[in-house]
Amino acid sequence: MTRQIIFSITLLITLAVFTFTIRRLFSYFSLTRKGFPIRNPGKRFGIMIKVAFGQSKIFRKPVIGFFHSLVFWGFCVIIFGSIEMVIDGVSGSEKALRFLGPVHDFIMASGDIFALLVAVSILIFLARRLIFQIKRFEGIEMKNRSHVDAVIALSLILLLMISLLSMNTGYAGYRKAAGAEIYGFYPVSAIIANLFSGTSEATFRVIYEASWWTHILLIFFFANYLPYSKHFHVFMSVPNVFLSRLEPLGKLTTMESINREVRLMMDPATAYSAAPADATPERFGVKDAEDVTWKNYFDSLSCTECGRCTSVCPANITGKKLSPRKIMMDLRARMREKGPLMVKNGRDFSDNRSLLRDLISEEELWACTTCNACAKECPININQPSLIIDMRRYLVLEEASAPGELKTVFNNIENNGAPWQYSAEDRLLWTKDLEMNIN
Amino acid sequence: MADLFARGEKPEYLFWVGCAGAFDDRYKKVVRAFAKILAHLKISYAVLGREETCTGDPARRAGNEMLYQMQAMQVITLLKGYEVKKIITICPHCFNIFKNEYPDLGGSFEIYNYLQFMKEKIESGDLKLNASLVNNVKITYHDPCYLGRANDIYEEPRFILDKITGNFEEMKRHKSFSLCCGAGGAQMFKEAEKGNKEIFIERTEDALSTGASVIATACPFCMTMMTDGLKYKNKEEEIKNFDIAEIVVQSLGL
Repeated sequence: MTRQIIFSITLLITLAVFTFTIRRLFSYFSLTRKGFPIRNPGKRFGIMIKVAFGQSKIFRKPVIGFFHSLVFWGFCVIIFGSIEMVIDGVSGSEKALRFLGPVHDFIMASGDIFALLVAVSILIFLARRLIFQIKRFEGIEMKNRSHVDAVIALSLILLLMISLLSMNTGYAGYRKAAGAEIYGFYPVSAIIANLFSGTSEATFRVIYEASWWTHILLIFFFANYLPYSKHFHVFMSVPNVFLSRLEPLGKLTTMESINREVRLMMDPATAYSAAPADATPERFGVKDAEDVTWKNYFDSLSCTECGRCTSVCPANITGKKLSPRKIMMDLRARMREKGPLMVKNGRDFSDNRSLLRDLISEEELWACTTCNACAKECPININQPSLIIDMRRYLVLEEASAPGELKTVFNNIENNGAPWQYSAEDRLLWTKDLEMNIN
Repeated sequence: MADLFARGEKPEYLFWVGCAGAFDDRYKKVVRAFAKILAHLKISYAVLGREETCTGDPARRAGNEMLYQMQAMQVITLLKGYEVKKIITICPHCFNIFKNEYPDLGGSFEIYNYLQFMKEKIESGDLKLNASLVNNVKITYHDPCYLGRANDIYEEPRFILDKITGNFEEMKRHKSFSLCCGAGGAQMFKEAEKGNKEIFIERTEDALSTGASVIATACPFCMTMMTDGLKYKNKEEEIKNFDIAEIVVQSLGL
């Protein structure tokens, strides 16, 4: 009974802390702008199955992608075992889901096998972080904090897997030694238990108990570490894929606020019609955290800093300052910084800093070729270019600030309908010498 | 277009030439090549000529949404005035904007990129390519971002080139992994930011390492960039940069 009480209190504390953190992070959504509406649940579900559960984009880097997918699928099956542990902890039962029969056997067996596969994958990931110099993990945005964070998260997962295996070993060992029925299959742990077949039932029991507590407490700690880590992606990536932008990568969003202005110019009659009620004057484009859409912020929370975007960015490859990963990390950092201040003092609050210039420089923004390689590469469908373009929009529409050559392009388009300074009269020169009759 | 419309004739397609097609000396040859293909196929089409104007793409990607929307509304009004239904584009940037972005402003048309159009005509048997006229040269293809990643057009150019040469070689980075030429997002019109290399040189190196003697492109900006890259590498004599339309014209013996 004491055990149940201790467990229940720990669980409640875990849930309370988690809820507190999540509520705080999610409260910042109310500061963001409305983005696209979430329609088409069927299509979204399909994308989620393919991209998230099928790990389709992870496999764009097939070798390391394979190991990541092992970790992901491992989490998907191991979570059922964790749910059983929580039920056991609260109710004082052992293997509460055993009534599921063969399904329970399957859950336990796959969890046991995946624990080993995940552990091996994590060791590879740790080696990539600590021993090999992987270029993708470096960059101006990758401060020491990011590296430490990555190693902590990976180490926690490794400990989770080791404790899971030793828990299963203890369980299988003590049941066998006691001559009791073993609920569930444990292909890996049974082998380990056999290696220590001389061990007494009591020792196996101690191993089981100690590992059980270690494993569940690690889960509780991990769950509460995640929201403060880049590894928050464990929770956010699947929903982020479900909430993907469904339009072709080549499409930019149309600014409705500009559309109203343009219609007004082209048809003065509309000037007398009432402006829509929700037309509060707001900044054109993005200058700071509160100007982004809910999806930009969601993207930033989901980013796990894997750097696949930056590794394919043509600007970054050729030594320019732009790094799509940095854009996402900067937004997340800025929201963490300004979000609480705005929640307290209102959305108009200014701390005399902004996402633009204090975190993201104009030089970075103007280096983008809008090639969409970053968005195509992102395993969880983050869209970096939309934020880059929205920041350019702020620069041009609010500050009339752009590289000189682009201002010339704007003038040329306005004056002669082409980015170059040529007359429309010359538009048919290409037909000269063409021996055919075209109208 | 204005002349035809005045006579009460309605051509089936509008051929959108684009600014590069009208003003870039190298790319004018590509427009001529595609016009030859259209004539060869006896397609009923028209061009807007002096009435054509910028779609607003460079302005939009450089953040000038105001100028973009003004250009777009102007173009949409013009096209609707001529009762245009089907549009063929050669420039991927014009294609993308017509296909994906004008519908938001009330401009919905049937849009064909010339590669899709030619593939259809090859499949229907109307366009008979003669591979022997191209002598099986080694060709590689650079995927323009606004056809590939932006609109998933990867197979059409490869289908066409496959009909022309048995000696097609992919670059290391191709299809959705393709590297940008460096000119998208209005970069065409400005100096690149400070870095340690120009993007077009990086991409030209990809193309050169295939050992191909022809780099096929399907975008005016990519063409400028790859041609510059070949000049930079002093390879413009040995290795040629052709648009797919030009290669098709050659294989038609026109």
